[in-house]
Amino acid sequence: MFGCGLYGFITRKNMIAMLISLELMLNSVDINFVVFNRYLFPAQYEGMFFSLFAIAIAAAETAVAIAIIINVYRLAKNVDINQITKMKF
Amino acid sequence: MPLSSTIYVLAIPFFMFLFLGLVGVKMPRKITGVLGVLGMAVTTVWAYAIAFTYFFGDGPQKVNDVYQQLVTTDWTWLSFYADKLVVKLGVLLDPISAMMLVVICTVSFMVHLYSLGYMSDHDGNPEKGFQRYYADLALFTFSMLGLVVSTNIFQMFIFFEMVGVSSYLLIGFYYGLQPANHASKKAFIVTRLADLFFLIGIMILSFYTKTFDFKEMMGANGGTICNAFTSAQGLTFMGCSVTGWALTFIFIGGAGKSAMYPLHIWLPDAMEGPTPVSALIHAATMVVAGVFLVARMFPLYVLEQGAMDIICVVGAFTAFYAAAVACTQSDIKRALAFSTISQIAFMMTSLAVSSAQGKLIGGHEAGLGYMASMFHLFTHAMFKALLFLCAGAIIHAVHSNENSKMHGLHKYMPITSIAFLIGCLAIAGIPPFAGFFSKDEILVACYEKGIGWGLWMSMVAGMTAFYMFRIYYLIFFWKKHEVHGEHAPKDQPWTMTLPLIILAAISVVAGFVPFGDLVTWNGKPLETHMNWSVAGASVGIALIGIGLATVMYRKENPLPDKLATMFKGLWTASYKRFYMDELYQFITHKIIFQGISKPIAWFDRIIIDGFFNLLGNVTNSASFGIRKMQSGSVQGYVSYYIIGAVLLAAITGAVILCI
Repeated sequence: MFGCGLYGFITRKNMIAMLISLELMLNSVDINFVVFNRYLFPAQYEGMFFSLFAIAIAAAETAVAIAIIINVYRLAKNVDINQITKMKF
Repeated sequence: MPLSSTIYVLAIPFFMFLFLGLVGVKMPRKITGVLGVLGMAVTTVWAYAIAFTYFFGDGPQKVNDVYQQLVTTDWTWLSFYADKLVVKLGVLLDPISAMMLVVICTVSFMVHLYSLGYMSDHDGNPEKGFQRYYADLALFTFSMLGLVVSTNIFQMFIFFEMVGVSSYLLIGFYYGLQPANHASKKAFIVTRLADLFFLIGIMILSFYTKTFDFKEMMGANGGTICNAFTSAQGLTFMGCSVTGWALTFIFIGGAGKSAMYPLHIWLPDAMEGPTPVSALIHAATMVVAGVFLVARMFPLYVLEQGAMDIICVVGAFTAFYAAAVACTQSDIKRALAFSTISQIAFMMTSLAVSSAQGKLIGGHEAGLGYMASMFHLFTHAMFKALLFLCAGAIIHAVHSNENSKMHGLHKYMPITSIAFLIGCLAIAGIPPFAGFFSKDEILVACYEKGIGWGLWMSMVAGMTAFYMFRIYYLIFFWKKHEVHGEHAPKDQPWTMTLPLIILAAISVVAGFVPFGDLVTWNGKPLETHMNWSVAGASVGIALIGIGLATVMYRKENPLPDKLATMFKGLWTASYKRFYMDELYQFITHKIIFQGISKPIAWFDRIIIDGFFNLLGNVTNSASFGIRKMQSGSVQGYVSYYIIGAVLLAAITGAVILCI
């Protein structure tokens, strides 16, 4: 699942698609935390809590990213990552 | 006048400096000048009252006919380390500081008054910078007064520096003229260099005695030298005791201010300043700072015979050297400057030949040299200020310093001429003028030290008479004056003539002040007798000098030129001040600048600057080379990152496996 996300992030040109890929990676990491916690240290819950935190942060981050993308779209009428070159030196 | 009010003698000039410097520039020039003179008049009256109370009043300053050292103000300025390292500022009254208050205030007041006329054109309009001039004069007076009332050696150093600064400001008053700039820089750098030694001396001395305070160091009236000093005398460094080194270094500081050979080079050049400034700084007050310093620490110096011998030799040589140079100078201010150097050297020698142990020779008590030195300081300040102010009046009238532009002025400026004559008689040591008494005491003290010293100084005294009368005759007689310009020279306005008359009167009577009863090194009155053999001999020598000058310079004649061609080498060397300036030029430019400063500059420019330039350039070009990598494509970055992460993981794995 992480590999899928990574592949999507590198190949997709659309920023929304890249964001979805990013979420995919985050989720895969969360699952990993939970699974490893459950199998290796069943008496402890750090991995679970960490996942909860990561989900909360991911939600906030997604909101910010969406806001940026919307603003970029308003400015450039475009969400293609290779077309946004206005601030390039 | 209570003695505790001495602080106001300092406060008034300081206030005048701030007031004239800050507010004065907005006021009409004439008013600032008058205010400055009034301020100085109040200070002078105040100082006279203090000195009178000190010497003749009843009070704690005189116990059993012994003058005490009184600290009337004491204020901790800096406290570095509890009671161990404390710098205090205060007011110390003792015979010499009370006497110096009178000397400084008198001369300074005369100069303030005189400057009203001198710093104006012939219609009485003050020139540009008049306010600045008076502010600087007040600052100078303040720093000199602060110097003489110092309670500790550190305060003295502070005021030593302030005197240097104010002399820099005043010498460079005409900052538009290049020679004035050079002269002020030269004066500042030379005296500053000497002050460096002074500072080193202070550090050594206070390190061993654990105090800056004069009273703690020497006890009241130099009676009890502090134990730390006497035990430090036992320590030696390179063959001399550490205290001897310290006192010699301190003397070098004084020698810089007092223009002792070879640090005298700044003084003749300092004549670029306005003439009243020369009278104030370079004749009467600043140059005696060094003499005062040695006198203040006299109880320590007498314990270090080595340091005293150095002072003695330097003083005696300087007296002769300066007199020899003064004999040929054609610039009257320069000739007077060398005469000053010579007379200051007289004072130094006199201090150095003085001893504290009760060596009774010829009926004189110990400490005669000290008394004579202070006496000569007092009288010399008066008649040298007189001579300089006369010179200023002449220069103001004929607009030139060269005596070739003068000649025969007696008819045009009779008052100035007579005042100058009185000054010349006083400095030559003709009774009953002031210089006779003080110089006679100095010569007696020298003869007590040794017949050689006495003869040497008598010879210099004879030369003094000769060169002073040479200047006098060349200015006022020699031949008929050729009038240049539209108006003939005449006596100057009353603001300039009045100080001349007052100072001339003082020069006539100052010798009768019973100095032996008032100013001595331990506060006890000193029996002085007129030593008629010495007095007669010195008057005889002075008369020979005057006679010689009369023969050579009274009327125009070819004799001086003939002698000059006969001893051409000697004459030129003397005229060129025995090439001391050239020697300094050679040492500073050829040896120090070329040999030391240039390699250091090269090292700084090439090695140190070069290294940092290299760092900058390498960083710059490296960044320029790799700037293509920042492409702006996010996905590219991610690819690099992943490749890097994978590689790192692989390497780490490989390393772990290998171990």
